[in-house]
Amino acid sequence: MIDMKPLVEVRGLTKSFNGIKAVDDISFEVYEGEILGLIGPNGAGKTTTLQMLLDLTTPTSGEIRIFGLELASNRALILGQVNFSSSYISLPHSLTVRENLKIFARLYAVAEPGERIAELTTAFEITDLLDVPVRRLSSGQITRVCLTKALLNDPRILFLDEPTASLDPDIADKTRAMLKRIKAERGLSILYSSHNMQEMEDISDRVIFMDSGRIIASGRPSEIKEKFGGASLEEVFLKVARR
Amino acid sequence: MKLSRVFAYAIRHIYLYKRSFPRLMEVFYWPLLDLLLWGFVTVYLAKNAVPGFVAFFVGALILWDMLFRSQQGISVSFLEDVWSRNLLNIFVSPMSAVEYVASLMVISVVKLLLTSTVMITLAWVLYSYNIFHFGILLVPFIANLVIMGWAIGIVTTALILRFGQETEVLAWGVALFFQPISAVFYPVSVLPPPLNTIARFTPSAHVFEGMRAVINTGTFPANELIWAACLNLAYVTFAVAFFSWNFRVVKRKGLLVKIGE
Repeated sequence: MIDMKPLVEVRGLTKSFNGIKAVDDISFEVYEGEILGLIGPNGAGKTTTLQMLLDLTTPTSGEIRIFGLELASNRALILGQVNFSSSYISLPHSLTVRENLKIFARLYAVAEPGERIAELTTAFEITDLLDVPVRRLSSGQITRVCLTKALLNDPRILFLDEPTASLDPDIADKTRAMLKRIKAERGLSILYSSHNMQEMEDISDRVIFMDSGRIIASGRPSEIKEKFGGASLEEVFLKVARR
Repeated sequence: MKLSRVFAYAIRHIYLYKRSFPRLMEVFYWPLLDLLLWGFVTVYLAKNAVPGFVAFFVGALILWDMLFRSQQGISVSFLEDVWSRNLLNIFVSPMSAVEYVASLMVISVVKLLLTSTVMITLAWVLYSYNIFHFGILLVPFIANLVIMGWAIGIVTTALILRFGQETEVLAWGVALFFQPISAVFYPVSVLPPPLNTIARFTPSAHVFEGMRAVINTGTFPANELIWAACLNLAYVTFAVAFFSWNFRVVKRKGLLVKIGE
């Protein structure tokens, strides 16, 4: 990571809800062109961290800098260059896939949206769904449409919360392969949260392991496994979750 | 404020209405039902030696519906995003909360135009009632009612954001709360003293008093219009400030991501 520059810098980030710390004084960086995995048991603070990085939740204290800029005071500039997808969100059900993508292409001021939509829908194998209303899609198809939306603005950083949770293994594998390809071709940075430890081991350059709002370990997957004495991230996860 | 984003998001709702029969019903069905019901009541009253009631009631009904649709254009359009779990997609985009509200205002005007066209045409065909007899005064009448509808819609939306989907019933009922004190179908003087005082601070009451004055005397008391405009300016400013403050509270409490769950 020495030659890379951090696109995201988090310092002393804390979030309390009614006096309970959901995120407790965490600091980390996301570097250009890396996939950083965010792992930990339920309630570890992963989703709250992602929400704060997307300005959906205001931190209690701490600093978030993205592209060297303070997030709260440069919101529109920063959010125009990042994007987000999650298996827990959807798109207006009565609109077709094409209409939805056009709307978001406008919101992100995408140049030549038609070409961009064609390129991405081809990559995600959803060109035949372009004129289908979202309500008629399966959850796996909706996830792919949401991922297409998340790449419309050619983001420099992509925040993904359980993006493959509702995908079948084939599409999940293709999605991971595509994310890796985009990362390699464009130097895309990804902050990736998932409960699928095999996936995290496969896709992440580094992982941050969170528990009870704190970072308990960070490093390459191999370093995490070594630190906790596990043969896989799954084993490490189970050790931490059950201790 | 980027107008391109405001209009981009307004188009999202136009797409929605293009192919949704229930939503088209929302635009056309209720106004039609209102018009038929109240229109026939009005005709009945006119036949029973209540002079001027056709103009009085049908005009009031059409104008009241404009306020109601304006409010719903904001609140119900917001709920569409909640129901489709799309709200987070919007707020992780560069679109600001104020731009989002502005786009809801745009779509409320579009819906209002559609609804009003139907109502005005039907009123003319069924009851030979021509709302344009108000002439140029129709513009400030409608503008004030639309702005009041926006203010109610924005506050309602802020409350739904803050207290969650269980409060979505506000989107359907809050405007009706203002109907009695707006003195839509009777003069403000009919109201008992406490409500009469409240009505003085209700922009729509001034619009309807003005409308009655035009029908009865042929002249419009400018002070009613000035009162309505000043109150509306204050209320819509309060509504936007309330929404902005509430949005910050919602983000601080982490509620934005909870709505719709």
